[in-house]
Amino acid sequence: MRHVLTPDQELFQDTTARFLADRAPLSRLRKLRDDPAGYEPDYWRDGGELGWCMPLVGEDEGGGSVSGRGIVDLSLLAYEFGRHAAPGPLVDCNVVAAALSGQPGEMQQNALGEVLTGKAIAASCLGAAPWQELGKAGVTIRKDGSQLVISGSVRPVESASQASWLLVTGASDGGRTQVLVPASATGLEVRPLKSIDVTRRFGQVTFADVHVPESAIVGTFAEAEAQIAQQIRHAAVILTAESVGAMDSAFDMTVDWAFERYTFGRALASYQALKHRFADMKSWLEASHAISDAAADAVADASDTADEVCSAAKSYVGQQGVELAQDCVQLHGGIGVTYEHDLHFYLRRVTLDRLLYGTPAEHRRMIGSMQIKQDVMA
Amino acid sequence: MSEEIEPVEAFRLRAREWIKANLGPMQRWDMSQHCESDEEELEAVARDRMLQRKLYDGGFAGICFPKEYGGQGLTPDHNRAFSEELSGHEYPSRFSVPTFSPCASVLLEFGTPEQKAAHLPAILKGEEVWVQLLSEPGGGSDVAGITTRATRDGDHWVLNGSKVWTSRAWWADWGLILTRTNWDVPKHRGMTVFILPLQQPGVEISRIERLNGESESCEEFFTDVRIPDSDRVGEVDAGWTIGTRWMYHERLGHNSPYVTTPVGSKGQKSHEPSVVEIARKAGRLDDPAALELIGEHRALGIVTHELQRRIGDAAASGKGNKDLSSVDRVFRGLASVRRATIAFDLAGSDASVWDENCENPTDAVGMQFLMRQVSCIGGGTTEISRNVIAERVLAMPREPSGDKGVPFRDVPKGPNRSR
Ligand SMILES: Cc1cc2nc3c(=O)[nH]c(=O)nc-3n(C[C@H](O)[C@H](O)[C@H](O)COP(=O)(O)OP(=O)(O)OC[C@H]3O[C@@H](n4cnc5c(N)ncnc54)[C@H](O)[C@@H]3O)c2cc1C
Repeated sequence: MRHVLTPDQELFQDTTARFLADRAPLSRLRKLRDDPAGYEPDYWRDGGELGWCMPLVGEDEGGGSVSGRGIVDLSLLAYEFGRHAAPGPLVDCNVVAAALSGQPGEMQQNALGEVLTGKAIAASCLGAAPWQELGKAGVTIRKDGSQLVISGSVRPVESASQASWLLVTGASDGGRTQVLVPASATGLEVRPLKSIDVTRRFGQVTFADVHVPESAIVGTFAEAEAQIAQQIRHAAVILTAESVGAMDSAFDMTVDWAFERYTFGRALASYQALKHRFADMKSWLEASHAISDAAADAVADASDTADEVCSAAKSYVGQQGVELAQDCVQLHGGIGVTYEHDLHFYLRRVTLDRLLYGTPAEHRRMIGSMQIKQDVMA
Repeated sequence: MSEEIEPVEAFRLRAREWIKANLGPMQRWDMSQHCESDEEELEAVARDRMLQRKLYDGGFAGICFPKEYGGQGLTPDHNRAFSEELSGHEYPSRFSVPTFSPCASVLLEFGTPEQKAAHLPAILKGEEVWVQLLSEPGGGSDVAGITTRATRDGDHWVLNGSKVWTSRAWWADWGLILTRTNWDVPKHRGMTVFILPLQQPGVEISRIERLNGESESCEEFFTDVRIPDSDRVGEVDAGWTIGTRWMYHERLGHNSPYVTTPVGSKGQKSHEPSVVEIARKAGRLDDPAALELIGEHRALGIVTHELQRRIGDAAASGKGNKDLSSVDRVFRGLASVRRATIAFDLAGSDASVWDENCENPTDAVGMQFLMRQVSCIGGGTTEISRNVIAERVLAMPREPSGDKGVPFRDVPKGPNRSR
């Protein structure tokens, strides 16, 4: 994590850590593996009161952050989520809250109010992603008189079964469109899915020609590219910070193990072959901290390199986080692949985070396109 | 009352103006650091000396060196700003490493006031290029295992032995040398550091050809070279105190606050070949696999830059473990290896050849691939840095060694080590 925090940020991070240790210890998460939500009743609403969904929204709309740099504060929160393998739709609720902020519609403002306080959950259905060709999108949104018609299907959607509000991204004629859809809309169907992370919940959402009024649009019809890019940046910051937290936990626990575990009359930590692997992991870990913090700063500063830095973070941490966690499994030996051991919670978390909002390969291709564009302009 | 320090942004603007008015565009010899022929190299050396003098006269030499030795007495942030502004411009690349770091950095920390006054201003004026004389034919990783000996003779010392892999020694001026002065104590307690003029009788310098054809590396043989005691740095037999800091400055390399070298604002070293250009030549700009490699190459560059900044900030705030510089060293080495491989892969079979009239074959992508591991060997290997991370950052047990507590004379040595 960062070397310098304000006292308020330290307090915020500390309060989060204590709350998570108290309300969502691994022993409890283990037992909740088959629970529909993955956490105890009131957990999300209490978190909402601690301001979990507020950092990206201005105070005038009921949001607010401890330092005034909301995305940085949110990255501290996400780091603790990763460190504790904490459950709950932190990414989507924040991404959607930020997307709804400043939207004039009444429905949008109501939804925002509910999501901010933790009263309701929002999900993002990224049915037309920027790394996808428009023609290959899984969801389309077309105009039909004064109405919009949503068709198609998208997965994975986080907390799809728990969400009251869905921000749906679909392909339209000439560009991407985003609309806010209440979960109760006719023709909308959610099918729960099993997921690699036992602490988080996912579903597939199908839209059978769901009709919504034009007022459900977030932004402008077929012109959502810029706001989607901002949502991806927000998600990239939250997901990489969370992964770094999970990497720290997995690494610390494996270093401890290397000192405790003896073979051939020596601690594992005394074997050079293993010391060198720990050294490599340490370098990945430090690099992941560095790029994750840089991404949060770039978004906070609205830097013109923010896209590039966020994609660098998402691709680097996505790849190396998983490599680190799998190495930790390897160095644990057989115990590392058991459900009883804690390590898998972190392995699951980094693996899942790698896949959401763009894989490493997808983000690399986005950086590649930016590089070529820059080169052509130079 | 301490003097007001110029704010970084004001300094940056002033630097930008000055650079624009005084420095031309980056030259080919800035990029490859070594030239086709010796004549060309010596021409480049002369030009680098002139450029360094220009920086000195302009008030931009030695940004983090104290004013009393001709520096600017400013902060690492000022140096970073200047390095960023320097991007794309010609600069005295032959002074960066090892002259400023580790050599001048070590002098600044351990030199006597006379030594500092004699050499630091001369370095900043472009009059002295330094090299570091550490590695020996018998081994480079085990730095404290050196066998080049200095023997006291009145108020002089007599030097015998040899050093190797010394970059640029054939034309450089001065060397910082680690010698064995006591064979009857364990290895770390019997070494002494000296400064040494290179071009003198008794110092025989031969060149070593690298596999890419250039011969920047040298081997030096010392026969009864007399060194005045006033050229001793630090206490007799206390060379390892200096050695550990020396190694620290060496690991920092181009990231040292004492080194000014052009850096793109997001970490691209300005002399790297453009992978977009390589992919275009190979006709692969619309190939998704190529796009992904270009993105990975760029992402690694950004991550390397941010890691360096994080570790630099930790060092500046005094919070981090000082051996974290080894983390940076390992990461940089491996990232550079990966980037060389990406460039090579993007080029396809064309990487195997180059035009006969190519200005500098050592710039060819295939050749750079052959030399790829240099980034994990030079400046101390990545294996040694991994030992440092494991043992001094993660506090894991030290490797067993055959030389602990043993008088150096009795330490087992390979056949190449002189005794
Ligand atoms: C481009 C370049 C420029 C250089 N410039 C200079 C210079 O200006 N001045 C100078 O003094 N030197 C210079 N060097 C030398 C460099 O510092 C040495 O090559 C390096 O430290 C390794 O030493 P060695 O070559 O003797 O290899 P060795 O020490 O013999 O090592 C051989 C292999 O064994 C590994 N190894 C050794 N010990 C251990 C251990 N304890 N644990 C695990 N693995 C180990 C090493 O990592 C390496 O892979 C330069 C080298 C290069 C490539």
